[in-house]
Formats: sequence, structure tokens, C-alpha cells
Amino acid sequence: MALLLKGGRVVDAAAELDAVLDVLLVEGVIAGVGEELESAGAEVIDCAEKVILPGLADIHVHLREPGQEYKETIASGTRAAAHGGFTAVACMPNTKPICDSGSQVRFIVERAATAGAVRVYPIGAVTAGQSGEQLAEIGDMVAEGAVAFSDDGHGVQSAGMTRVAMDYIRRFDAPLIVHCEDESLAGDGVVNEGVVSTRMGLPGIPAAAEETMVARDIAIAELTGCRLHLAHLSTSRSVELVREAKARGLAVTCEVTPHHLFLDEDDLVTYDSNLKMNPPLRTAADREALVEGLLDGTVDCIATDHAPHAVHEKELEFELAPNGTTGLETALSLVNTHLVATGVLDWVAVTRLMCHGPRAAANLPEMRLEAGFPGDITIVDPEARVEVTPEWFESKSRNSAFLGKSLLGRASDVLVGGEWVVRKSKVVM
Amino acid sequence: MGLSSQHLMTMDDVTAEDVTLILDTAESFAEVNQRRIKKLPTLRGRTIVNLFFEPSTRTRMSFEIASKRLSADGVNFTASSSATVKGETLRDTAKTLAAMACDMVIVRHRYAGAPQMLAEVMDCPIVNGGDGVHQHPTQALLDLFTMRQSFGKLEGLRVGIVGDVCHSRVAGSLVPALNKMGATPVIIGPPTLMPVRPDVLGAEVAYDLDAVLPTLDVVYLLRVQFERAARMPFPSNREYAMLYGMDTARLGALPSHAVVMHPGPMNRGVEISADVADSSRSVVLDQVESGVAVRMAIMYLMLGGADSGAAA
Repeated sequence: MALLLKGGRVVDAAAELDAVLDVLLVEGVIAGVGEELESAGAEVIDCAEKVILPGLADIHVHLREPGQEYKETIASGTRAAAHGGFTAVACMPNTKPICDSGSQVRFIVERAATAGAVRVYPIGAVTAGQSGEQLAEIGDMVAEGAVAFSDDGHGVQSAGMTRVAMDYIRRFDAPLIVHCEDESLAGDGVVNEGVVSTRMGLPGIPAAAEETMVARDIAIAELTGCRLHLAHLSTSRSVELVREAKARGLAVTCEVTPHHLFLDEDDLVTYDSNLKMNPPLRTAADREALVEGLLDGTVDCIATDHAPHAVHEKELEFELAPNGTTGLETALSLVNTHLVATGVLDWVAVTRLMCHGPRAAANLPEMRLEAGFPGDITIVDPEARVEVTPEWFESKSRNSAFLGKSLLGRASDVLVGGEWVVRKSKVVM
Repeated sequence: MGLSSQHLMTMDDVTAEDVTLILDTAESFAEVNQRRIKKLPTLRGRTIVNLFFEPSTRTRMSFEIASKRLSADGVNFTASSSATVKGETLRDTAKTLAAMACDMVIVRHRYAGAPQMLAEVMDCPIVNGGDGVHQHPTQALLDLFTMRQSFGKLEGLRVGIVGDVCHSRVAGSLVPALNKMGATPVIIGPPTLMPVRPDVLGAEVAYDLDAVLPTLDVVYLLRVQFERAARMPFPSNREYAMLYGMDTARLGALPSHAVVMHPGPMNRGVEISADVADSSRSVVLDQVESGVAVRMAIMYLMLGGADSGAAA
């Protein structure tokens, strides 16, 4: 079967495209991109006023399966991904049990093949049980399809252990993804240490808890030659450290989340635990520094740290509630609302930050709007209104830091391997 | 005539006019507390719940006595006897209380923001009896009452708050309360016990107690809350007492009109010597006495008592 996406604005940094063109898919693969393409018998989809992007990827997602299926499953999490315009996700290993073995990776790969709406790439734990003490079976996990390694949520505290991990991972050419937090500095903190922690009487996490680890891990990456990817950077100085590392030619990449880009600690006026995340929302100045990092290429990608939690878990005292906000279904709309519609970023940059950057950072297959590439395509309606209400979500959880916001733009249609997973704004998987 | 906010969760909920009204109202209740029969019918038929999730003797008793003297029906709910040990959430506890139609809830909780959480699901006035290391507004109000009793005014007073400020919900309310009333709070202690952003609280900071003592009208000592600190914030109790303990020598360095205050419970020999605690300059027991009258005033004003009859 053939599909002709007609007259959309086709944008792809890697293919150096930004023009009104047609995209032809045959048997799930891109057969051509060009002006006024013809194909007898192809289903023609009118894409006027739409923006056609290579399939977006979110490399920082918690799918919660196995073990916490009441929060999210591979099925519901990938439906949420599709709904938000992503055709691929990389999922973090902090499931129950922890994904720290080949068989655990295989479970996710197999489950995703039957239940997943989009492509799923498992990230394995670096240390057994994310204990920070003993290497997990990284080679076995690579063999089963793990793309990267991380003790996300609970970074390896020992510098010596981090060195062993980086030395070992190096030969697999996979990145170590680090959650940068010195736990002895972070203590029991739940919000940024500063104005808001003082005003609200909540224990704070100083920026230095992140920055010292960023500096440490960059130094160990330089020592070992391992690829390093820094997850969810939240402070101005962290971005500065990465900028400096990149200038010196180190294999260091980093991501920022939509909540750190579009919210800051001043948004914490009530004790709303949907705004509790780790790292915490920082200052307005940090937020501006993250945006600057997006613009000058220091930041490689936007990743959501999609962290679903059940209502009963979040409806607790702020200090007791778990960390995290969902993110898959609001990221693209937020980026459009705050960066594209306002002229800060163009769609070419969006493909760099939400498709090519994340895919390169986490070892996901490259995706381009070019003949021969799989038909993984995100079609955006940049003028559509999105009201972020609990009903908006395909995710099993509704713990979004952006509840109540009115956003501009959404993925109207999404193709994975040439199959519709979202059609006319409805998930059809 | 009532207060400008339905709740008393932080000092932000009250204006300077509200504070003056509370203190003036408390004056008349203080007079009632001197009588042989200390009971008024004002809040008869109203139910006031003491919801205490942290152990407390003095604050809980003070609220309880205040509610009894106003003839309200006081109900105590303490964590040990509550559903919380069965795993009920605070939100469910609040909904349960709301369904029982209580008229006011006094809440003390280990975590900041608990009163706000109650206010989200309950319609009745919520009074914060201390939340985490955040605020304890009724303590600040009774402290203002005691200071006003001692000096006849609040404006222009210079109040040194000494010790574990960063773990103190008392300081969390007292600093903004003093600012609101035109007094000057100075927080004094080692940097390990200072809040991260004292400027946000609106306090002057000093590390050298002895340098500041001669300028103070009030020395307000705080207990070091070792239980809340992750690491010992100073080398030893001995060194702490040497640098920040209020003893008779330091009492001599104060202006002669200055008074010594402490929210209790005191660690004699650490932040305050026994001599000072029991001296004529100490108004610690006046604070306790003020507590009942001030809490009566808060209950009376927040439950619209002023609409149903005279205060005394």
C-alpha cells in the first residue's frame, strides 16, 4: 500500500529540508520526498497547514512495567507517547524488578512488540539493582537490545564505581546516562534550595548537588573515554560545564525537560505535589540558561522524564509525595507554545532537539524524511488548541505539572513504520 | 468585625490590623483568665478539633483550654489514636472530619503545607498549630502579645532570635510577624543554623551574639532541634553554649529593660542557663499564659464570635 502526504511543510534538519513538499510512503518506507509527487493508487492525505517532521523520540521515559502497572504500562505509556507525537521512546530501568539483566530487557522488547504503540528502546541499569555497588550484566543487556545504561533516579554515588562503569561500558559504544545528584548534599530536599524553600518551609536541594556531579562525571568521562549523557539538567552552571566539556571535544551530551524549560520555582505557590520533581524546579535565571543552551547547541535534546504516578500517591503531603510529572503528552505542545510560536526556535531546530539529538545521544536508529528511511513521521497541527485537563491524557496517570494550561499545537497524525498510530488527533492503536 | 482571612495558616493570612484586633481581643480574655470562673458561653455548640500529628503537650493543651473556656466542644485527634496508623491519608482524614461538620480545625503536622492540604478539602477555618519547619502563627501571635505586655508597643522593638532558626517554625512565623508590626527581627546563630535566604524572611543576620546583645529589646532563644538536623551543626553543646548560650554574663550585657523569651521546651544549660530561665528578666511563663488568651481570641474572631455577643 502507498500513502501520499500532500502539501505539508516538510522539515528535517538532517535532510536539510524546510519547504512545502509531498512525502510518499510505500510499504511503510519513505519512497520519496519532493514537489507534486504522483502515485497511482496511493491514499492521499491533505497536509496543508500541517508541519511534517521525522518521528520524534523521547529518550527519558518511565513506563513502569513490570511492577507498577497501576501507574503506567508499556501499552498505556506508548499510547501516551504517540498522542504526544513521539514515534520512539527509551525507557528507564527503575521498574520493579529493576531492568538490570538480559531477560528483563527481553521482556520489555517483547512486550513492546505486541502491546506498544510506538518503538520502545530499553535502557539498562548500570549496577545490579541500581545499588551503585556492582556492575549489572551490561553485555547481556546489549545483546538483548538495551541502547544505553543508567541508574536514573538514584545516580551512582561513588566516583570509583562510576569509573568502573564507564570503563566497562566504553567497549559497547553505549552512553552512560547519569542522573546527577550528590545525595549527601541533596539530603531530604524536595524543592530548590533558595527563596522558595525558605518561604515554604520545605527542605531544599542546592544547585551544587547537581553541579558537583556534572563536573565529576565529565571528568570521569574524560578519564575513561566513555560516552556520557547527562539527564535532565536543571541549573545554569550545569549547562556551562557541558558547554565547556563540548568545547574541549569530549563525547558529552545532555538533555533538558519541558518542566525545567517552562516552569520555575516561582510556580510553586501552593503545595501542589505535581510540581515536585527531581531535580527540582530551579530559578527563572536557570530556566533562561537552559533555553540559551538549546539555542547555542549545548543542549542536545529535550526529553520529558515522563514519570507517571497514581493520584493516591501524589495526593500526599508535599514531602511524602513521589517525584515526577508526566511529560509525553504535553512536550510538543509546550515547545510550540513557548518556543516555536514565539519565534525563539524554528521547526528545523525542533527536529534537532526532539528527533536527531535524542536519537544520537541514546543510540536510537536515525530517522530522516528521506527515501529509504522507515515511515516514522510526526505530523503537527501548529494551530490546534490543547486544554491540558485530566481527560486529555492517554497515560494511566494524570500527574502533570501543566494541568490547567492552555497550549498551542499538537501532533494531529503520527505514523510508525508507515502505520497510523494517531489519526486526526485520536490514538488509533 | 472579624479577620480578613478565613484561615490562619501562615502570617501572610493576617494584616497588621488583624494582629492588633487579635491582641486587643486577647487582652479581654486575659482578664477572664484571672477570674475564679474562667468560662464564657461564647462558642457554645461549636466543635473545635485538635488534629495533632506530632507529639505536643503545651500547644495542644493551650488550644484545648482555650476552646473549653469559650464553651466550645473540643475534640482531640492525635496520631497515635487516629486512622493514620492504619494508613489513611491526610486528605481522607480531612474529608472524614468535614463530613462530621466540625467548625474549626487546629492542625499540627510534621510536614509543611499540611494546613493548606486540609483547607483544600474542608470548608471550616483551619488554624496552623505548627507545620514542619514552616510556620507556627499562633505562637508568633502570643509572642507579640507578651512583647506588647512588656513594652506597651511593638513598633520599633529590636528582637534577637537566637539559635536554630533554620529548623524553627516559630521563627518562620515570628520574623514576618515582627516585620508586619514595625519591629525589627535579627536572627543570630552559627551559619549552619541560619536559613538559606534570610532576606526572603525579612530578617537581619548576625553571627556574633555578644556584638548584638546591647542593641536588643528582646532576646528570643530557640531550642536546637537536633532531631531535625542531618548532621551535628556545631562541634559540641559546650561550644554552642559558649558562643550562643544565654547566661547571666550575657544578661548583664543586655539593656536593662530587655526581656528574655523562649517558646519552650527549654534545654537548660544549652541555649539558656537555669539562672536566666528563672530570672525576673525571663517572661517565658508569661508567654505560656498569653497563649491561652491569644488562642481564645483567634477562635472567637475566626468563628464569628463577635457577631454573637460581646467578648467578655
